[in-house]
Amino acid sequence: MSVLLEATGISKRFGGVEALKEVSLTIEQGEIYGLIGPNGAGKTTFFNVLTGLSGADSGHFHFAGRPLDISAPHLVAAAGIARTFQNIRLFANMSALENVMVGRHLRTRAGVVGAVLRNAATRSEEAGIARRALELLHYVGISERGNDLARHLSYGDQRRLEIARALATEPKLLALDEPAAGMNATETGALRQLIEGLRGDGLTVLLIEHDVKLVMGLCDRVAVLDYGEKIIEDVPAKVRRDPKVIEAYLGGTVV
Amino acid sequence: MDTFLQQIINGLTLGSIYALVALGYTMVYGILGLINFAHGEVVMIGALTALAVIKPLAGAGLPGPLALLAGAAVAILVCMALGFAIERVAYRPLRHAPRLAPLITAIGVSMVLQQLAMIIWGRNYHSFPALLPATPRELGGAQITDLQIMIVVVAILMMAGLALLVNRTRLGRAMRATAENPEIAGLMGVDANHIIALTFVIGSALAAVAGVMVSANYGIAHYNMGFILGLKAFTAAVLGGIGNLAGAMFGGILLGLIEALGAGYIGDLTGGFLGSDYQDVFAFFVLIVVLIFRPSGLMGEKVSERA
Amino acid sequence: MSVPKRNVRLGIALIAVVLSALPFAVGLGMGNAWVRVLDFALLYIMLALGLNIVVGFAGLLDLGYIAFYAIGAYLYALLASPHFGLHWPAWAVLPLGALVAGLFGILLGAPTLRLRGDYLAIVTLGFGEIIRIFLNNLNSPVNITNGPQGIARIDPIRVFGVPLSKPLEIFGVHLPGVYLYYYLFVLLALGIIFVTVRLEDSRIGRAWVAIREDEIAAKACGINTRNVKLLAFAMGASFGGVAGGLFAGFQEFVSPESFSLMESVMVLCMVVLGGMGHVPGVVLGGLLLAVLPEALRHGAGPVQQMLFGRVLLDPESLRILLFGLALILVMQYRPAGLWPSATRRREFSKPGP
Repeated sequence: MSVLLEATGISKRFGGVEALKEVSLTIEQGEIYGLIGPNGAGKTTFFNVLTGLSGADSGHFHFAGRPLDISAPHLVAAAGIARTFQNIRLFANMSALENVMVGRHLRTRAGVVGAVLRNAATRSEEAGIARRALELLHYVGISERGNDLARHLSYGDQRRLEIARALATEPKLLALDEPAAGMNATETGALRQLIEGLRGDGLTVLLIEHDVKLVMGLCDRVAVLDYGEKIIEDVPAKVRRDPKVIEAYLGGTVV
Repeated sequence: MDTFLQQIINGLTLGSIYALVALGYTMVYGILGLINFAHGEVVMIGALTALAVIKPLAGAGLPGPLALLAGAAVAILVCMALGFAIERVAYRPLRHAPRLAPLITAIGVSMVLQQLAMIIWGRNYHSFPALLPATPRELGGAQITDLQIMIVVVAILMMAGLALLVNRTRLGRAMRATAENPEIAGLMGVDANHIIALTFVIGSALAAVAGVMVSANYGIAHYNMGFILGLKAFTAAVLGGIGNLAGAMFGGILLGLIEALGAGYIGDLTGGFLGSDYQDVFAFFVLIVVLIFRPSGLMGEKVSERA
Repeated sequence: MSVPKRNVRLGIALIAVVLSALPFAVGLGMGNAWVRVLDFALLYIMLALGLNIVVGFAGLLDLGYIAFYAIGAYLYALLASPHFGLHWPAWAVLPLGALVAGLFGILLGAPTLRLRGDYLAIVTLGFGEIIRIFLNNLNSPVNITNGPQGIARIDPIRVFGVPLSKPLEIFGVHLPGVYLYYYLFVLLALGIIFVTVRLEDSRIGRAWVAIREDEIAAKACGINTRNVKLLAFAMGASFGGVAGGLFAGFQEFVSPESFSLMESVMVLCMVVLGGMGHVPGVVLGGLLLAVLPEALRHGAGPVQQMLFGRVLLDPESLRILLFGLALILVMQYRPAGLWPSATRRREFSKPGP
């Protein structure tokens, strides 16, 4: 197996708080990698640093065989890392289909001239965007909601739509920030199937999750953050028996 | 005459006025995250109200300083009521609306206040009577009038009072808590609506005083005087770091100095190419430069993007 | 979705007939002064459409938009008038005006677009004022703009050598200058509408709306938000530049007072009252707000005389008062404007439970 993402010595401070302390981890091609930890352990901070939303104070990333430029979010997306947000961020007043079409922005070219002239090249590109967007809606299972505004979708469907939009950018690594948050058991089950399907199709997934059961059942490997430090990185079976992890979760919640 | 010292004195006077107005912007921004475009019009209403009280009083032979005091007192009351009404009628219903809505409303409020003032006071420039002794005092080769001294002293007193209110009283603590996080402040028993209304009222009182000062200083009042003044005061607030009270005071004084010195020296600096007509450009220029290089202001913390 | 092609053609033919006949109907019915009003309405519609790209699509509040109109107008005035003795043809100056205004848009936008929206509003407002102050004062020591007096005797716009300022006789039909300008302006306004509608439904247009909806999500989707916002700024500015050039050629006179802050606010009113982000709404807003002041000019005086026995408010003040009130009321009760697109209306409705 080859390494897809390698993070080395990532640190981030907010005022006096060290949100991330020298965090290093490696994600292998094709695996589902879980990042867990108690509230405020620095998981989302790690996501925001990785995806260019907030700069790291030190450390660097290596992605798909080259250094990753995290100076701007769109560059990270272009390099092949797509993400979702803990508190879903859709384009609320665009239709579900349009949301996914926006995701194709990165991999398409038409500019102002093309848009105005609507020449053959632009028309075929537009058709391709719409076709791919519809495929992705179908893939995540909400194709019948394509013309509804994103804000009118149910909570679970909104999560799916956000994943479809992320997939539209053709990522090598899909980073999901607490995708099961607020879901009921049925929805979580369906989500689990969806993520397993993604792995089946060759995608690498980085998963932040509160639902420890979901993470332990789904992930190939798991890292645990506590107070901004990585305390372990291993297969789920070993992580759940690790005393440091049990202590971090105040004993007992990790079964 | 010492031009430099003279421009410093003029700049401090002007800066004190900007600082008072800037406080109104910064307090509202600190609590609501809203640029209250209409704040400059409150200054204007304050000036014209004071004038309407002062003219008959001074005409009836009341001593100048007393007439000025009476005019300012009425202006303060009127502006407090106005500030309260603006918040209640125009902004409160939009508290949770998309961010463009209150901004556009603020422009509308500004237009309406200006035209109402025009209906009441007419299109003409009103001369503001000289109520304090006009003979200037000599100060190291420059001249300073009683009025200028009064403006600076009153501004300092008001700012000190505000600082005490915000930092030393229960009310001030509630205001700071609401600015920090309205929901949590609400959980602690702070009535956010009450605090926000109060913020508008206090800011408007400061604006009224500033209105009286600016009119007395230039000897003129006009229905159109508020907008540009407001814009400059906003610049002062941004310069110091918006949302930061000390920053607004500092920014106001600094902007006053920049303008006064700029107007005094721009001719020399550009070899006569640009004249003092460009005085108004300074404020905007400073604003743009500050926002580009230090959007958080000279004394502000980093302004994070509102998520 | 699918309207038969024949109906579409019929609709287009109908609109063409109405638009061609309009100046005759207005001119014969109400006098040629009203055709002139119509000409100005078309200029305002172009401005409103330009600002709509910035405010309506991309969600960036620009309060100094009239500066781009001023740039277009003064460029035309300087390059086609006795002021410098230059007489460039309109077909060269108008596109140049679009280009220069667009460049100014980029110049202003590049450093400021990373700022939060409400800061942007203030900076653009300042920019508008700076441009006006410069126009007012750049008459000494070198006379560039002729200061507050403005520039007069500007060349009228010529189409194939025919000046639109003079009446024309075609097949026995008498066409006064205001009619000729009307036809030119209608064609250009239609062109701008066409460009806007095409842009709206494109990769670029979707990116604009995405930024308006959620900038952080747009970034995460790989949109270079700074560039895309700059593009909106430049496009909007270039529409303003074209309209400005047309204004200069039409008026044959420009002076700084045509480009006050109030004008920026007026154009914003057109966009907001008509319906932000919705092209038909914006056109309606431009038309209404350009024609209304004229109606006020003719109607307000007598009505006030009747009600109060004297004229309390001159039409200009009444206009500002009414538009100010309209802005407040529309934001509270109909934030999507008079003719909103379905999407806009939903966005502005109160967030659900």
